[in-house]
Amino acid sequence: MMAVSLYHYLFVSALLLVLGIFGIFLNRKNVIVILMSIELILLAANLNFVAFSAVLGDLVGQVFVMFTLTVAAAEAAIGLAIVVIYFRNRGSIQVEDVNLMKG
Amino acid sequence: MNWTLALPEIVLAVLGMAILMFGVLQKRHNPFHLASMLTVGAFLVAGMLVIAGPEGLGYHGQFTSDPFSRFVQVLVLVASSLTVIASLDYNDHANLRRFEFPVLILFATVGMLVMAGASNLMTLYVGLELQSLSIYVLAAFARDELRSTEAGLKYFVLGSLASGLLLYGISLVYGFSGTMEFDKLAMTLADPTKVSAGLIVGIVFIVAGLAFKVSAVPFHMWTPDVYEGAPTPVTLLMGTAPKVAAMALLVRAMATPFGHLLGQWQQLIVLVSIASMLLGALAAIGQKNIKRLMAYSSIGHMGYVLIGLAAGTPNGIRGVLIYLVTYVFMNAGTFACIIAMRRRGRSLERISDLGGLGKTDPMLAMWLTVFMFSMAGIPPFAGFWGKYFIFTAAVQSGMWALAVIGVLTSVIGAFYYIRIIKVMYFDTAEAAFDPRSASLSTLAAVSGLFTTLFFVFPAPLVGAAEAAAKVLFG
Repeated sequence: MMAVSLYHYLFVSALLLVLGIFGIFLNRKNVIVILMSIELILLAANLNFVAFSAVLGDLVGQVFVMFTLTVAAAEAAIGLAIVVIYFRNRGSIQVEDVNLMKG
Repeated sequence: MNWTLALPEIVLAVLGMAILMFGVLQKRHNPFHLASMLTVGAFLVAGMLVIAGPEGLGYHGQFTSDPFSRFVQVLVLVASSLTVIASLDYNDHANLRRFEFPVLILFATVGMLVMAGASNLMTLYVGLELQSLSIYVLAAFARDELRSTEAGLKYFVLGSLASGLLLYGISLVYGFSGTMEFDKLAMTLADPTKVSAGLIVGIVFIVAGLAFKVSAVPFHMWTPDVYEGAPTPVTLLMGTAPKVAAMALLVRAMATPFGHLLGQWQQLIVLVSIASMLLGALAAIGQKNIKRLMAYSSIGHMGYVLIGLAAGTPNGIRGVLIYLVTYVFMNAGTFACIIAMRRRGRSLERISDLGGLGKTDPMLAMWLTVFMFSMAGIPPFAGFWGKYFIFTAAVQSGMWALAVIGVLTSVIGAFYYIRIIKVMYFDTAEAAFDPRSASLSTLAAVSGLFTTLFFVFPAPLVGAAEAAAKVLFG
């Protein structure tokens, strides 16, 4: 059986990062999917931290993950709150409807 | 461990919670005005603690207090206070008289103070997130207005993406160097054999995340929309304090831990700077909405500031700091004038609404003229001196091309600034604006006097900026 090395972890987290970024930019449907993609990006970074922490034998990376999880929770709460007030005003959370101001 | 290093942040956070409690318990009157005043008072207390506080490295290398961090912290506190004062009038008229508003600004400011004093990638991230999360809420603060909520949504999505990229970059830097402390990173990276490809990728991610926060070009897409949609005092805040804090963070991160890799990130910063200056100059020309115009103008200004960083010398950093000071005052004054644009209680945002202001309200027109001349970089106003210090630093480092492009784009930029002056003095007069409140007049006058008279006593500011810059590249 092949041993799971650091590079396997790095590969998975890079994959998660790419998935998250594509989820934000290619998604034309729903804002909730974007919120999920953001979580995916944060998790990719967390996986990196934990893998590196284990390999380096250094606890700092795992402490950082605790901070990131807290921040991610706050971010999800604020994101959902903003989506709720947006829905109240617009009556839709389709990504293509977020177009009042042209970028 | 010297915990008093973070005393300003701790005191400010505790005062913020106290003001929140006060607002909740105060039932009889609307506590918005009193809470705003208390917030300004808290900023004053924090400012005095910053100036009187000790210097050094504390919290196991997580947090530092040095002339650079103190310079930035005082500037951030000034910018946040100006925002709170500007919001007094706007929120009264826009029916946003809620005490959470100044408290959110206060918490964002705590985040910015932490950013200025960060000496570890972990502190950097936590400070940045505290600042960003508060500003997401502020951008969507007018919750019954579609434009504001859309601005909040856009800022939230793109801001979180940028934070995520930054975090991913931090994880790579941590993994490939083994530490998150700025000092240790600098020591490790002094040895070129320790620099791996993964580390460079991590640095690129970090630069991308921070470039988003200062709205430098490839990451500027959010700026015009969010500036236009957010309530005007929030736009003022986003244009001043967070830009200062994020730019300080970028400067410190590039100069201290990654200082030995100057050759690697310099080209990146040069490219971003040129692109920002060009876009800021060209895209603003066609704008009809003055808040959108200010968004492109801020993108351009950040391009100029980045020249100072690209120079990679103490003189360049000194230029960055002086430019940021002048930029904060010009921006605060301009937005005070924009908030004053109101007819029969309705806020106006089109540039054509300023028609004939020179006749109907000569005082306001005069201040706006001062700010526009200053932004265009016309001497003797403060904006000219900011550009002067930046361009001389670039020339001293032999970056002639960058300095020449900077001068050319500021000439193009002068076109749209001066067009506003032309609209005010030579176009047909529209009806007069509503009478201004004293807070807005004071804000415009203070910023205007600073902008006009900066050249009389520049020595203390230049000296402080020089002392601050020495810390980084000394």
